[in-house]
Amino acid sequence: MAVERGTAAERGTPAETLVGQVVLPGDLLLLPAHYDEDAEGERLRLSAGAAPLGRLLCGPGLKRSGAGLLVTTCGLLRHRPGGGGAYWVDSQQKRYVPVKGDHVIGIVTAKAGDVFRLDVGGSEPASLSYLAFEGATKRNRPNVQVGDLIYGQFVVANKDMEPEMVCIDSSGKSSGMGIIGQDGFLFKVSLGLIRKLLAPKCEIIQELSQLYPFELVIGMNGRIWVKAKTVQQTLIIVNILEACEYMTGEQRKQALAKLSGN
Amino acid sequence: MAVELAGGQCRLRHFSCELGLLSRPDGSATFLQGDTSVLAGLYGPAEAKVSKELPDRAALEVLLRPKVGLPGVLERSREQLLRQTCEAVVLGVLHPRTAISLVLQVLSDAGSLLSCCLNAACMALLDAGLPLATLFCGVTCALQPDGTILLDPTARQEQEARAILTFAIASSERKVLMATTKGSCSVEEMQQCLAAAQRAATTIFQFYRDSVCRRYSKS
Repeated sequence: MAVERGTAAERGTPAETLVGQVVLPGDLLLLPAHYDEDAEGERLRLSAGAAPLGRLLCGPGLKRSGAGLLVTTCGLLRHRPGGGGAYWVDSQQKRYVPVKGDHVIGIVTAKAGDVFRLDVGGSEPASLSYLAFEGATKRNRPNVQVGDLIYGQFVVANKDMEPEMVCIDSSGKSSGMGIIGQDGFLFKVSLGLIRKLLAPKCEIIQELSQLYPFELVIGMNGRIWVKAKTVQQTLIIVNILEACEYMTGEQRKQALAKLSGN
Repeated sequence: MAVELAGGQCRLRHFSCELGLLSRPDGSATFLQGDTSVLAGLYGPAEAKVSKELPDRAALEVLLRPKVGLPGVLERSREQLLRQTCEAVVLGVLHPRTAISLVLQVLSDAGSLLSCCLNAACMALLDAGLPLATLFCGVTCALQPDGTILLDPTARQEQEARAILTFAIASSERKVLMATTKGSCSVEEMQQCLAAAQRAATTIFQFYRDSVCRRYSKS
C-alpha cells in the first residue's frame, strides 16, 4: 500500500513563492541553484544567469539542510533582498533567548564580588561587570543595588556560555544604557509586539506621544519600562501598550480618542 | 479479514483547537477530538536544576494530570511515551543545559486520549516557538473483533475492540515516531492500521496548518 509522501510543502517548494505566507516546522524551502556553489565563487560561471553577489543569510527559524532550508518554527516567511539576501521566519513568541547585540532590560538579583547577576528572562542569569559602565573605575564604582533595573546590551550570548552584558558601547560611551531611574512601571509583553514597537515610525508610539509626555525604555527581552508625570497616566499608557497585542489599529485609535476626550 | 478503508476516507471525529489561551506558560494549547479534550502548557527553555540538566541538550519533562485522582502508573507510562516522541522532534541541541516542561491536563476523556495528548503537545510546542525538526500527530486505531479498523474510537468502541493501537506520525514522509498497542493483533493487521493512520495524519496536519494560518492572519 503506497502512502502519499506528504504535501508539496513538505517535499520542497521554492523559497520565493512562500515569502509572506505561514510556514510550519518540517517544510523544506528550495533555494535557486546558484546558491549551491561555494561562497567564494571560485568556479567560473559560464551561463548567462545573473547570480546575486554575497552570501545568503539564514535567519532565525531556519536551518541549512542539504540543498535547501528547513523551517524549524512556525510563522511568516520574510525575505530581504539586499546584500546577498536573507530569509527568516517571523514568529510570535513569549520566551526570550539571548542574542548578541540585543538591548535588554535586566533586573539585578545578586552582587557577587565584582560582577552583578541580572535576570533577563532567559534560561540563565546574565553577568554584568561593575567596570562596564561609563566612567566607572575601581575607585568610582556605580551605585547598583539588588532590585535595580539596568538597560544594557549583550556582548556574549550563545548557547554554550553564560550571557554577559555591558552598559557601554564599543567606544566607551553609555549611549542611553545604564541604570534606569526611580519610579516608573515595568511590565512584560510578547516579543512580536516589541518588534512592532521598535520598527521605524511606529504608529502606536506616535499616537501615544500625542496623549501625554512619557519616558519609555523597550527591552528586546519583552520588557517595557514606562514613566509619566502621574501614576494614573503611567497606568493608562501601560494598559494601552498591553492591549495593543490584541487590538487592531482602529480599536486603538478609538480608545485613544476616548482618553484624550476625557 | 481486515476491511480496507474505502479510498483514503478518514472517519475521524470533529476536532478543534485553541492556541495561546493561558497567560503564564510560554506556549499553551487545547485540543478537542469529539468529546475528548486535553489542555497543554509548555514552559521553556528555562533554567534547569543542576541535578537534571544535560550538558549537550535540553532536558524535556512531561507531566500528565488525569481529570480525577492523583497521577498513577498509567499516567507515568503515557508521560514516557510523550516524552520520547517530543524528544525525537525538538531540536534540544540548540538549548543545552535548559529545561523544557510540558504539563498536560485531561479535561474530558471520551476515547483516544493518548492521541489527543500527542496533538495537544504538538500544538503547544508550535505555540511556544521551540525549534522543531518536524511536526507530529497522534492517531488511535481500534481493531474490532471482526477485523474492521476504526479510527479515533470513542470510549465505548475502545472497550469492545480486540486491540487498540496508537501511533505518533511525523509530518516529514509520514514516519512513525511512536507506536503502542493494547491487546493482541497480527503483524498484517498492525501494518494495515499503520497505513490507515498515516492517511488520517494528512488530515490532521492540514488542520494544524489551517489553525496556524488563522492565528497569524489576525495579527
